[in-house]
Amino acid sequence: MIATPSEIWVYLAASPLLHLTMTLTAYLIGDYFFRKSGQKAIVNPVLIAIVMLVVILRVTNTSYETYFEGAQFVHFLLGPATVALAVPLYRQFERVRHSAPAILISLLAGSVTAVLSATLIAWLLGAPQEVIASIAPKSATTPIAMGVSEQIGGLPSLTAVLVILTGIVGAMAGTAILERVGVRDAGVQGFALGLTSHGIGTARALQVSEVAGAFSALAMGLNGLATSLLAPLLVHLLGLW
Amino acid sequence: MHNRIVLTFTILLACQLVGEVVTRLLRLPVPGPVLGMVILFCVLLVRRQVPDDLSVVTGGLLQNLSLLFVPAGVGVMLHAQLLAENWMALSAALLLSAVITIVVTGVVMTWSLRLTSEKKADAV
Repeated sequence: MIATPSEIWVYLAASPLLHLTMTLTAYLIGDYFFRKSGQKAIVNPVLIAIVMLVVILRVTNTSYETYFEGAQFVHFLLGPATVALAVPLYRQFERVRHSAPAILISLLAGSVTAVLSATLIAWLLGAPQEVIASIAPKSATTPIAMGVSEQIGGLPSLTAVLVILTGIVGAMAGTAILERVGVRDAGVQGFALGLTSHGIGTARALQVSEVAGAFSALAMGLNGLATSLLAPLLVHLLGLW
Repeated sequence: MHNRIVLTFTILLACQLVGEVVTRLLRLPVPGPVLGMVILFCVLLVRRQVPDDLSVVTGGLLQNLSLLFVPAGVGVMLHAQLLAENWMALSAALLLSAVITIVVTGVVMTWSLRLTSEKKADAV
């Protein structure tokens, strides 16, 4: 006897196989459009994949928890991939070392700007306190941002989403904006991308060049550290609540 | 050694593992993988070269780095209501803050690089 489609669906919906395959397929489709566009940053494969997956999960009435059981295998690789960033960083170490004073100055300026601009704009537009606290650490890498958010009274899972969206915005528009204000040095572009848009900015910077990727990885690590120290302090000083 | 790819991947995981343990042990404010990156970087500094296998494996991982953010990004569906209620404040804050931060960081770094290199040139 042949199994009914609903029996097969019950099996697939419960196994990680389906959602893992869906994640890779959605990304490949996004990546196809990205390449087809001549690698235009505005055609962001992550954004395309996320939109497709959310629509499919909504239509099939699948919960995020069920989806994540399959997708977690991809998510897990973020850890080793972060460790892997040591390689471009090592290859470009001479350049990085020569820029050390400039790196520290721009780290401080960028990190303070990231936290202050996001909280002030959200506050001015009347967002509730927990939303403001959730957006404050949005330029830091996900695990740091979630920890800071919890510490200052935000919603860590909302912060995770805002972090990813910030990453996508920076990756899509970052290099074009930098060119417009006359910042053309690959190292500087990479540093600005990594500071603002953490790993997703670094993924974009690696497409520009290895120099940009190395500076971006460095900025991601440093801004994670700076945000964890500065964000609670700045939010407290602002006294928004 | 035959299993070079497995060995290389084990090295990456081991760096992350040490990073996770040390950050928890010392209650450091950085995530384990970021400390893992620092550890691998120090190993490379000591070895003074990147082994070919490490180069291949990390190259493969980093080429597809953006794929790895998709699962977390789909989490946007968990907060559809909160996002819908605050869409104006959130989209304005996200977009403007990203643009301002990129410009400030890029411009400040350009200026300070120019300043520090001028100083060096004076010293010479």
